[in-house]
Amino acid sequence: MSSIKKFCYLNRKAPYGTVYAWEALEVVLIGAAFDQDCSVVFTDDGVYQLLKGQDTADLGIKNFSPTYSALGDYDIRKIYVEKESLEERGLSVDDLQHLVWEDEDEDYAEKDSIMVVTKDELAQVLDEQDVVLSF
Amino acid sequence: MPILHTVNKSAYERNTLESCVSKALKGSAVLLLEDGVYSAVKGGAKAGIIESAMGDVSFYILGPDVKARGLDEGKLINGVKVVDYNGFVELTVSNDKVASWL
Repeated sequence: MSSIKKFCYLNRKAPYGTVYAWEALEVVLIGAAFDQDCSVVFTDDGVYQLLKGQDTADLGIKNFSPTYSALGDYDIRKIYVEKESLEERGLSVDDLQHLVWEDEDEDYAEKDSIMVVTKDELAQVLDEQDVVLSF
Repeated sequence: MPILHTVNKSAYERNTLESCVSKALKGSAVLLLEDGVYSAVKGGAKAGIIESAMGDVSFYILGPDVKARGLDEGKLINGVKVVDYNGFVELTVSNDKVASWL
């Protein structure tokens, strides 16, 4: 019997202002190391976590945004970003980092990890999960 | 008695900015910092809070927080002035008091 469960990490907080985003990222990486079926969702202010060009040098704190590009190496292929949350904030997918995973069945071709979905589609994604962890 | 109001929360997560702006008198200043900087993105659903008050209130935004969060200054509402930490200090001096909204 398979012990693989579907884990969903639900991100609703902006980075840096609170520690939620960084903590979530660490938990995602731990979950992935246990070979679980991981989906990572970014909705509400969570979409700000994926903005490209973050530079925290003047704040003297760690810029953890490059770590999102490592998710593909942990075989995380499903990153859902809510369309309505982006639009409400005056953003589009072009403002986000380009995240990919490598498909070993197709000569390690890079494929997009980020899927922009509507809130109704997101409801379906959540419905399919065994576990939802909220940050 | 001009007040410098500081707001460090996103208008998309809390109503702090809306509440602050509704109580800011003509001639006062609002400085957006930390997660407050997200509220100043042009074209956002909450941009109107700032745009409709700009005639009476001066809006400032802390540059290092804008840069940290990956927001290009070109994406900010026109007329919101970007300041650095020295500019922040000058605002605290040029206003009579500081109200920090949480």
